[in-house]
Amino acid sequence: MKSRVVVTGLGHVTPLGLSVDRVWEDVCLGKSGIRALASELHLGFRSKIAGYCVDFSPENCIEPKDVKKIDRFSQFALSAAKDAVTQSGIDFSQENPYRCAAIIGSGVGGLSEIEINFEKLLGKGASRVSPFTIPKMMSNAAGGHISIRYGLHGPSFAVSSACASSNDAVSYAMQLIRHGVMDVVITGGSEAALTRLGLAGFCAMHALSEQNNEPEKASRPFDRNRVGFVLSEGSGIVVLESLEHAKTRKAKILAEMLGCGASSDATHITQPNEDGSIASSAMQNALNDAKLNGEQIEYINAHGTGTILGDIAETNALKRVFGDFAYKIPISSTKSQLGHLLGASGGVELIFCIKAIETGVIPPTINLDDSDPKCDLDYTPNRARETKLNYVLSNSFGFGGHNSTLIIGRYQD
Amino acid sequence: MESIKEEVVNIIAEQLAVNKDQINEETDIANDLGADSLDIAELMIAFEEKFDININEDRAEKISTVGQVIEYVKSRRSADA
Repeated sequence: MKSRVVVTGLGHVTPLGLSVDRVWEDVCLGKSGIRALASELHLGFRSKIAGYCVDFSPENCIEPKDVKKIDRFSQFALSAAKDAVTQSGIDFSQENPYRCAAIIGSGVGGLSEIEINFEKLLGKGASRVSPFTIPKMMSNAAGGHISIRYGLHGPSFAVSSACASSNDAVSYAMQLIRHGVMDVVITGGSEAALTRLGLAGFCAMHALSEQNNEPEKASRPFDRNRVGFVLSEGSGIVVLESLEHAKTRKAKILAEMLGCGASSDATHITQPNEDGSIASSAMQNALNDAKLNGEQIEYINAHGTGTILGDIAETNALKRVFGDFAYKIPISSTKSQLGHLLGASGGVELIFCIKAIETGVIPPTINLDDSDPKCDLDYTPNRARETKLNYVLSNSFGFGGHNSTLIIGRYQD
Repeated sequence: MESIKEEVVNIIAEQLAVNKDQINEETDIANDLGADSLDIAELMIAFEEKFDININEDRAEKISTVGQVIEYVKSRRSADA
């Protein structure tokens, strides 16, 4: 008998703030977290806008002596994990530490650390490269720091599949719990690639929106005038545990993780498979895993980054899975408010799916003023909707051809 | 201008996030202030940059107290002068 997997804690670091409830409120109100780039990042990038976590200060969750030794993406993860663990009420000193794990997705890891120390290497020589370069930049550092913070002796590592990293991390965490390998897993994703090299690299790919005049309107998934995504940063972390474990400690259960599914396009390292045929199999696998049929899904949090090809490919994939019913399911892309948090996006969006079930609100896709005729589904344009939700689906796709889908359900005993 | 001692103490206090009052010449950087090998390597880089000297690695391994850092910096500065 497989264990059921439930969610008992949520934590966010986003450009709209750090409180899960406040971020959720703002997302539903259609507020944007996208701003003009900080002036030190004005280095001739065509894209001059981003979703920067202005409210974040590491001192709130990290000892002063450790702040400089931990990269921003791990700092985000520690902060979000702290909120998730607090909400879950779990006391790790009372747990078997060998049955508690930390699986944290990150597409990039500590990019700023690489940049800073490469500059030192070229400018001042090898002897001036910081001994913290490697422990800060490695993409598994977030999971490592969380395991240290809470004394978890189960596995801790990074899952890295670009912008699908969080969903793949959560999927793996679900399997650990389902199969009785772990009782509790802290999981999700974290990303802080809003750096000079990160911006320059994505700009060079022509992947980013260059609609710089009105930053709040630059992220416009599914709109006819979308031209690319807006680079953003942050973290979304959840506490997952087996239903039995949550019940034994009388935890408040926020939602149930019902299904996960993944696939690989195996076509091109960055371009999505336009007909959506492979991405659709990730969704179908997740539906099969959850033992649901498509018509039971009541809301979809789309990957919807706002790139020209990606939004069409996802639309096509949805039609392949859901057929005519695809036109009846409310869909939205909360990247319209927050931009694209890369490997952290799935974690943040999983939390939105759970809040949608909890509050009965479907968040809008903002800046959807003129629908692309090739994107003709119901993307919940510009205004939130209220409805009771039992089953929701969340997509994340990543460079490398990774497609990863999660299905979340209202917890029913 | 700050003395070498003051500057060494400032760097250690900032790097390890400890109060300057906790640091005197007898303070052992690892045992008294909890610095690990990476902290010490990072401190040596900070001393090199601040005082514009090169700290030989074999020598760095023999340094354990704040007083030894100050002595070493002074000797290097007069040697280089």
